[in-house]
Amino acid sequence: MAATTESTATPPGELKIVQDATCTFCGCVCDDIDLTVQDNHITEAKRACVLGKAWFLNHSIEDRPSCLVDGKPATLEAGYDRAAQILTTGKYPIIYGLSDSPCEAQRVAVSIVDWINGTIDTTTSVCHGPSGMAFQGVGEVTCSLGEVANRGDLIMFWGSNPAESHPRHFTKYSLMPKGMFLPNGRKDRTCVIVDVRRTKSAKAADIFVQIKPRADFEGLWTLRALAKGIDLDPKVVLRDTGVELAVWTDLMARMKAAKFGVIFFGMGVTMTRGKHANSEALLALTRDMNAYTRFVAKPNRGHGNVTGADNVVAWRTGYPFGVNHSRGYPRFNPGEYTTSDTLANGEADCGMTIACDPMANFSQPARQHLSSIPYIALDTKETPTTRAAAVAFTVATYGINTGGTVYRMDDVPIPLRPAFDSPHPSDFEVLTQIERRVKKIVGITS
Amino acid sequence: MPNLDYLKISQGTVYDPANGIDGEIRDLWIAEGRIVDAPTDPSVRPSRTIDAAGLVVMPGGIDMHCHIAGPKVNVARKMRPEEKRRGVPMPRTSIAHSGTMGSVPSTFATGYKYAGLGYTTAFDAAIPPLGARHAHEEFDDTPCLDKGFYVLMGNNHFVMQSIQQNEPQKLKAFIGWLLTATKGFAPKLVNPGGVEVWKSHQAGNVSGLDSDVDHFHVTPRQIIRGVAQAAGELGLPHPVHIHCNNLGMPGNWHTTLDTMQSLEGHRGHITHAQFHSYGGGNGDENTFNSKVLPLADYVNSHSNITIDVGQVLFGETTSMTGDGPLGYFLSKIYGGKWFSGDTEMESGCGITPIKYKNKSLVHSLQWAIGLEWYLLVNDPWRVVMSTDHPNGGSFLAYPQIIRLLMDRTYRQDVLKTCPPEILQRSTLGDLTREYTLNEIAIITRAGPARILGLKDKGHLGIGADADITIYTPHENKETMFELPRLVIKSGRIVVEQGEIRDPLIGKTLHVQPDYDHDLEGSIQEWFEKYYSIRWRNYPVDSSYMHESCVVK
Repeated sequence: MAATTESTATPPGELKIVQDATCTFCGCVCDDIDLTVQDNHITEAKRACVLGKAWFLNHSIEDRPSCLVDGKPATLEAGYDRAAQILTTGKYPIIYGLSDSPCEAQRVAVSIVDWINGTIDTTTSVCHGPSGMAFQGVGEVTCSLGEVANRGDLIMFWGSNPAESHPRHFTKYSLMPKGMFLPNGRKDRTCVIVDVRRTKSAKAADIFVQIKPRADFEGLWTLRALAKGIDLDPKVVLRDTGVELAVWTDLMARMKAAKFGVIFFGMGVTMTRGKHANSEALLALTRDMNAYTRFVAKPNRGHGNVTGADNVVAWRTGYPFGVNHSRGYPRFNPGEYTTSDTLANGEADCGMTIACDPMANFSQPARQHLSSIPYIALDTKETPTTRAAAVAFTVATYGINTGGTVYRMDDVPIPLRPAFDSPHPSDFEVLTQIERRVKKIVGITS
Repeated sequence: MPNLDYLKISQGTVYDPANGIDGEIRDLWIAEGRIVDAPTDPSVRPSRTIDAAGLVVMPGGIDMHCHIAGPKVNVARKMRPEEKRRGVPMPRTSIAHSGTMGSVPSTFATGYKYAGLGYTTAFDAAIPPLGARHAHEEFDDTPCLDKGFYVLMGNNHFVMQSIQQNEPQKLKAFIGWLLTATKGFAPKLVNPGGVEVWKSHQAGNVSGLDSDVDHFHVTPRQIIRGVAQAAGELGLPHPVHIHCNNLGMPGNWHTTLDTMQSLEGHRGHITHAQFHSYGGGNGDENTFNSKVLPLADYVNSHSNITIDVGQVLFGETTSMTGDGPLGYFLSKIYGGKWFSGDTEMESGCGITPIKYKNKSLVHSLQWAIGLEWYLLVNDPWRVVMSTDHPNGGSFLAYPQIIRLLMDRTYRQDVLKTCPPEILQRSTLGDLTREYTLNEIAIITRAGPARILGLKDKGHLGIGADADITIYTPHENKETMFELPRLVIKSGRIVVEQGEIRDPLIGKTLHVQPDYDHDLEGSIQEWFEKYYSIRWRNYPVDSSYMHESCVVK
């Protein structure tokens, strides 16, 4: 894990170029960014998209203490001690977040939760958690993004708006690349977008299918039925999906005619009516299509290392998110051990948030409960969550100040190339220090 | 060496077949993680002496073919919560992490359970190069074992392209580069050519060694021969590890024989041979039968070939393979959930839950065919115990397999629970051979060490790694092997009677062959044209290894 601690300092005034740096802003995890760095500032981020440029160029070191205890500046040591004390005193400790941390830090977080018999959950539970559950039901036919670039001739986006959420998706992976088997790039591909509204991505589509809001499940099952050659009543289809049967029939004909079809899907599928049933329908449709041609599906993941969080939690506990260790071993139950639930149900009595902001985006009962319990927050900046924390650590930003490993949305692990040092500790360092103290308190001797 | 801190294993009954020791009472001296000479100065006392009188001492076990880390294993973990919920809980202790079991245990549980069985080294058999970093990260969380992995190459575009263009030097440089970049151990061929066809056609696959792989216009035979030759020239410790085409298909024994012949005398290892030894009509389960006899005959008369078995055990498990079309085929048979994952330029992957039933003629035959392989290969140095964990069953079944091999009465008793047609369709009922303890030591440690080119493992001679298992003898060999008295790894006691005592992480075993670096330019050019990550970000650096061990 040397990558997380290596120094990236340059003398004042000197220009430094970091080639092939990795952007962790979204799940695309573009690793071809050339950064120009001067005086602890990134002045250029070549090849980065609008979001990536904002991520790199607007980055500055927060001028605030690395550690606050009860809102007052404190030494790191005092913060580590208090953090370990909080986590080991409670009966139902929770650790949440992780999706904007490198795997090296995520691993330490899972260790801590194991030593304190706690519950660990990641932001997956509020984005593609339903897809994870659907996956456990039907599986998934998928591929790496380079396969899409080299082979995908029918590219569908369902409930996903990459033009705004993953700006380089089209150019780097899915629509524009001249692939091995698609020498003419965009001309060799057909793009279909299915959504409840005409998003910015819709402009990129050859075919845009606007379905009725909350009718994703019906739309997907219409396609499943058509794939099997089942006759459907046009009136019922129009009523249930908001789209003419003829449009669905045409789409299915194209799907069957494709050599290598791809469905990218987003939170428009997972966080709308039906949730995991929608994801399951989409994954099942993809699977069905493999009786006729090659077809794959892939969730468009949001956070830079949410895929890494799924992987780390899974290899260490056997389950991808929402894992409870109160009996001393891992148990999985989304809806019970997921953080929005442990908070809203008033069960958690202490916790730690890592690179996430539940005080800004959880439900009112969850926020209310979180603000009533002692917790530790690690973030690169001040947020509503750090403000209400008993112990708040300002940490260095991964991929800009610290190294490590992140997993792209297609599970490809990619190393980080930090640009310059931060005066703040990395989350890996903070978590390692907390773990050391927790082990001592709990009596772990290894 | 008076200052050394010695551990002594005193008066154990030692089985060390690599050094010709077959059950002799001996002392072993250990210092700095290795077996050493007894100190000449009689006043030197060991810091600790283990009284092994009456106990059996063997080198630590070596699993040369299992699936324990990396992308596909982790997908299987995520996919199968149901069996973990039913599995035996693995609570944390004051020194060890918690974990989950089922057919695909979590990383810590994997390390602890292997060590608990007396295994100290294991190799993951199928890592896509693009996922190498992931495998190393999991290895770092898999304690008590030295670990390495084989790198999937049988459907790699550069490999096929160099063969098509008849550029053996490029192929050789590429294999050297790829093993170095991934910090891998050996080239692995999985359904060579077949996975590429699967990527471009519905239910696509090759049908035999001379099928054309479209676009590249090479054949599986050319891939096998080309890689075996290049790997041989690179001087790799384990040149090529082959999962043949047509796995699981009735009549596939022809393909397997063809594969062995296609090596043309080059060293090659045929893995999970059980799944590749079937007679019968093409796709016809009614004519399914064993063809181990002719295949074992070939192995017996060709010393360049080694095999591991891939034993099937009755029960529920998860099939996971780099053989994408096989995953599709199995998912259609079992009708359960199915994962398929294609990796650009490199490989595929298929995962589906399966259940082997002793009432099923096909499954019982698979079980019998595995046992036939152990019993029909005359030279135990060239047949290795494996279940292809978790494909044929869990590694936790090894003690049961040992009993099946050492106790023919038990074997006949289990055979009686299977459909009687097995007796006509295989030779198992006629085989009376029983393995000795020395032969078990060969097929579980000394043999795999030799086949893998691990000079410091699989034996207890001076200078060997102090990886040692001490068993309490028992009439029932399953009982004896399932709960070793002590397991020592790198000279440290890691397990005592099933309890973890010292969860050290272990080394990563990898190779660093010499290759022509001038050819890297052409590899880079190809790479940058088609990969979705940058050339610079592809190689795995040494920070990913807890402790690196380059095997030469």
